[in-house]
Amino acid sequence: MAKRPVYLDLLHVHLPLAGWVSIMHRISGALLFVTLPLGVWGLSVSLSGEDGFKRITDCLSQPLPRVLLLILVWALAHHGFAGLRHLALDVHWGVGLRCARQTSIAVLMATGLVTLFAAWRLFA
Amino acid sequence: MKLATGSHTGTGAWLLQRATALGLAVALPGLILYFLATWPSDFAGWQALFAPRWSQVLIMLTGVALALHAWVGMRDIFMDYVHPTGVRLALYLAVILTLAGSVLWLAAILFDVTSGSTA
Repeated sequence: MAKRPVYLDLLHVHLPLAGWVSIMHRISGALLFVTLPLGVWGLSVSLSGEDGFKRITDCLSQPLPRVLLLILVWALAHHGFAGLRHLALDVHWGVGLRCARQTSIAVLMATGLVTLFAAWRLFA
Repeated sequence: MKLATGSHTGTGAWLLQRATALGLAVALPGLILYFLATWPSDFAGWQALFAPRWSQVLIMLTGVALALHAWVGMRDIFMDYVHPTGVRLALYLAVILTLAGSVLWLAAILFDVTSGSTA
């Protein structure tokens, strides 16, 4: 019997699709938390006057801030869609293995579509 | 003795996370559509988005729900991965200060308590 508590080697754990959706829900949530103060700061500057507004719009026309914005769009979309899926699981909807896999794919596809649309609007 | 893990407060936190999730699932798409539909090209237009009282109140309520939701989420993450109690409590404090600061800052921006103008 192994010594308790047992810590799993996360690099050698094989995750099913629903597991990936779940861990990305966590990562995207943490990312959104970290960027929340940045967003409030940006809102504050943009509403401080003409100069501040110009500073923010100039900044957001640069490639690097736009990449960050795209990552945030992905994070919000994934967190939102995967969150709705978790709410459905809470009321025991879609808990079967087959259905859970299908809704995982649906979450990834919906997130992909939103992210692609945002990428098109930001970079095309 | 009260446990420092916070694991005994699970049901309330779980419910708060779900309740705010439902609220945000309605409010955030609504706000995003409002912003995208009336996307302004200049400062005056941008300022006008935050002028109506309903817009200020809705954004403020969304911000509060977001902060509560983020608190439960970050708390869950730290409970799972950060095992030393002292470190975890310090991280909790950092999250609470960050979120409370953000909410107060948002209120100051929306209701412009510093300058008293109509922004």
